[in-house]
Amino acid sequence: MQRIGVFVCWCGSNIAGTVDVQAVAEALKTEPGVVFSANYQYMCSQAGQNMIKDAIIEHKLTGIVVCSCSPRMHEATFRKTAESAGLNPYMVEIANIREQCSWVHKDMAVGTEKAIILGKAAIAKVNLNTPLTPGETPVTKRALVIGGGIAGIQTALDIADAGFPVDIVEKKPTIGGKMAQLDKTFPTLDCAACILTPKMVDVAQHENVRIFSYSEVEEVGGFVGNFDVKIRKHARYVKEDICTGCGACVEKCPMKKNPNEFNLGMDNRPAVYIPFAQAVPKVATIDPNSCNMLKKGKCGLCAKICTAGAIDYTQQDEVIEEKYGAIVVATGFNPISMEKFDEFAYNQSKDVITSLEFERLTNAAGPSAGKLIRPSDGKHPHTIVFVQCVGSRCEACAQKGKEYCSKICCMYTAKHAMLTRDKYPDTEVYVFYIDVRTPGKNFDEFYRRAVEEYGVHYIKGMVGKVTPEGDKLKVQASDLLLNKQLHIDADLVVLAAAIEPDQSARPLATMLTASMDTNDFFTEAHPKLRPVESPTAGVFLSGACQGPKDIPETVSQAGAAASKVIGLLAKDKLKGNPCVASSNELMCNGCSSCERVCPYGAISYEDKEFRMPDRTTAIRRVAVVNPAVCQGCGACTVACPSGAMDLRGFASGQIMAEVDAICK
Amino acid sequence: MQIEEYKPLIVAFCCNWCSYAGADLAGNNRLAYPADVKIIRVPCSCRVNPMFILRAFQRGADGVIICGCHPGDCHYTSGNYFTRRRMAMLFSMLDFLGIERERTRVEWVSAAEGAKFAATMNDFAETVAALGENKRLEDLRCKK
Amino acid sequence: MNKAFLSEELQRRSGVNPKKCMKCGKCSATCPAYDEMEFHPHQFVSMVETGDLEPLMNSQGIYKCLSCFACVDRCPRGVEPAKLVEAVRLAVIRQQGANHLQAETVASITDDEIPQQLLVSAFRKYSK
Repeated sequence: MQRIGVFVCWCGSNIAGTVDVQAVAEALKTEPGVVFSANYQYMCSQAGQNMIKDAIIEHKLTGIVVCSCSPRMHEATFRKTAESAGLNPYMVEIANIREQCSWVHKDMAVGTEKAIILGKAAIAKVNLNTPLTPGETPVTKRALVIGGGIAGIQTALDIADAGFPVDIVEKKPTIGGKMAQLDKTFPTLDCAACILTPKMVDVAQHENVRIFSYSEVEEVGGFVGNFDVKIRKHARYVKEDICTGCGACVEKCPMKKNPNEFNLGMDNRPAVYIPFAQAVPKVATIDPNSCNMLKKGKCGLCAKICTAGAIDYTQQDEVIEEKYGAIVVATGFNPISMEKFDEFAYNQSKDVITSLEFERLTNAAGPSAGKLIRPSDGKHPHTIVFVQCVGSRCEACAQKGKEYCSKICCMYTAKHAMLTRDKYPDTEVYVFYIDVRTPGKNFDEFYRRAVEEYGVHYIKGMVGKVTPEGDKLKVQASDLLLNKQLHIDADLVVLAAAIEPDQSARPLATMLTASMDTNDFFTEAHPKLRPVESPTAGVFLSGACQGPKDIPETVSQAGAAASKVIGLLAKDKLKGNPCVASSNELMCNGCSSCERVCPYGAISYEDKEFRMPDRTTAIRRVAVVNPAVCQGCGACTVACPSGAMDLRGFASGQIMAEVDAICK
Repeated sequence: MQIEEYKPLIVAFCCNWCSYAGADLAGNNRLAYPADVKIIRVPCSCRVNPMFILRAFQRGADGVIICGCHPGDCHYTSGNYFTRRRMAMLFSMLDFLGIERERTRVEWVSAAEGAKFAATMNDFAETVAALGENKRLEDLRCKK
Repeated sequence: MNKAFLSEELQRRSGVNPKKCMKCGKCSATCPAYDEMEFHPHQFVSMVETGDLEPLMNSQGIYKCLSCFACVDRCPRGVEPAKLVEAVRLAVIRQQGANHLQAETVASITDDEIPQQLLVSAFRKYSK
């Protein structure tokens, strides 16, 4: 039997004005388990708290009920009070007789009656309370960042600077991501490489950072603070620690005609390659699909030429196993495929390109060394048409595009148009827009400059059809403001393709049990207040994997994700919320109903040996809740058909007792 | 002889994150609603086991209301969707048993909707009062 | 017939919801009969939405629409302007109580410039 103390608070006249606190204290004294009852003007004051502490010690209380304001207000206060008097903090219950009683009722008799009932309900609950201790789990002080673009680099740098070791896993041979492919960055027009490559070097040289390039996450187990991750390091057939990145092999490789992924296939690379000059790690990689030695066993020229002896044709994939405390997802984005948009003739003409291809064309390190040329004949284009919203803002059920706004296209198109006019004033530039969306610091000014100072023709309307005719592209478009159909002979058409999450995101989300929206963007724990955390504890989001973002936004989110990771890793032990679900394994029949409703993937199943009544043993499959992952919503308790699952702190019996007390 | 005015007994389950906070806000703004409404705090509306509702009716409650976060706003991502589906099933069964539909309700009340909470409770209490006492499921053995 | 009612009736008949339109103008950009029509596909959508139907029903443009469905195919929002044009045509015909096109006269008004599809669509629409 519990020994319960009841403390009724006046809250000055806030409660005492409508509730006869004396009568409440008297009435509750006779409830089962109650051995002490008192009232006081301000229970939350120091004197009030001391009164509770003294009573706990003097009357050897095993549970207390405080009839006062909302538990959202002072539950934590009274729990601390109880703890300091040696009582388990979870043996405290609050009866809310202020917000939900005295403040909403005018009549003294009515208020008092309700307060007594609320008090009885709280007492009935405390009678069934059990002391709870938050589970503690140790934290592995190492973070994993998946994706080595600007988001991943920034997150890794911030975490590493705080003194925690970080590993970056990047599936490409080099880190740098999409930003490394860009030419200039809006709205200040500093060159992407100039601001990114120093960061790449920083991260590579940081004592706390390890980079696994050409690698992918293969398996994730464990939970917050204790993730077990398997990383597959693909064989690059070059010993990473020996290769000096001199490039001799790249020059001598005879298999030169392979589409260069870094330049989006606009030029070729040899079978052994270094993606770009500032690659990190600056190590050659052999493409097994085009290397003659690996395919047919004939050639071996690179091995002969390499003075360091770094080439190793027998290299195998390596699987690295490591423990992490936190995982940051920074898988980024890709432009969508233009295959389905036949009206823009992307597949028919080389001179219809996407904006990312345009970036490579204007990049000084790109396939044309920065000279803006038509990819088909290398001539200078005199008329360029930019088409915005290609594949963005499409109807939900449309098979072609995406429903959302890709966010970055308005700005980069303005940038492309402005840079073209700046470098080649003889080129006419048309931009077809539906809306120009420029929310951001100095963004609208930038767009207006493109129009007003650089003379870019912004036309409200859309391109309906592009037809290659001779060496021209016939562009048929509408000008909605002039109510005219336009026919433009263009030399180059640039499509602002929508962006979508990287294809690797979906399988990764499954591994992490992190949730995703219908567009495969990772969902955040709260859209406003927890924007960089995944609902799955210990998994954080950085950059465009969570939604379309430009560079400044990505960097700020990366920093925010890093600070959350640092906050987690700085703890030696994670104290969980003890009000979590737990399964009674004797009643559980392993039906998996609970696992299906759990939004956190906190429930797993184990085969356990049980002694049967006839003294034999049997192996049964039973549910096991991981208290570090469970957030305590209770969905599983209702789903459980056998009543094995219950929620600590809000047990079925406790809530039932409250119902009974209220309905008496 | 004085006839005692009939007072319904209403049990309200409120989720900790939205509706309980909404009820607190109603209190903060001193928005009155009948004292017949007694609130039980649960972590999420999906914690409300149909058994609790049946128990309330068995013990003589005249109406049961469940309040949760708005769909899509659930603190636990998807809890209120479970509530919506479970309660749709339960209420149709209760209807079959003769518990009027008006005695049961699911409402979405956010932490900012103190006024909505009070208005909902006023409306619900009025509806339940109009229906009179719940006799169908009440277990007379539970009465003293 | 009042404006709002007719507008709703047109939306019901065509199954088109003009509110889905985001005013990008791709329908008009793609329309091969653009210059022949005094009201262009994007205007059709806006005018039906606002209930401004008189001018549409009196326009000759509704008979110039080829029913090629290019606008339907390319509309990013799935608004289907061509179906609206057909609905307006139908509204005119139902009011007149007679077909605009007589089967006997078709031969005399056709020429090689008119795409086959127009004829097919016209018969489908007017020969009821």
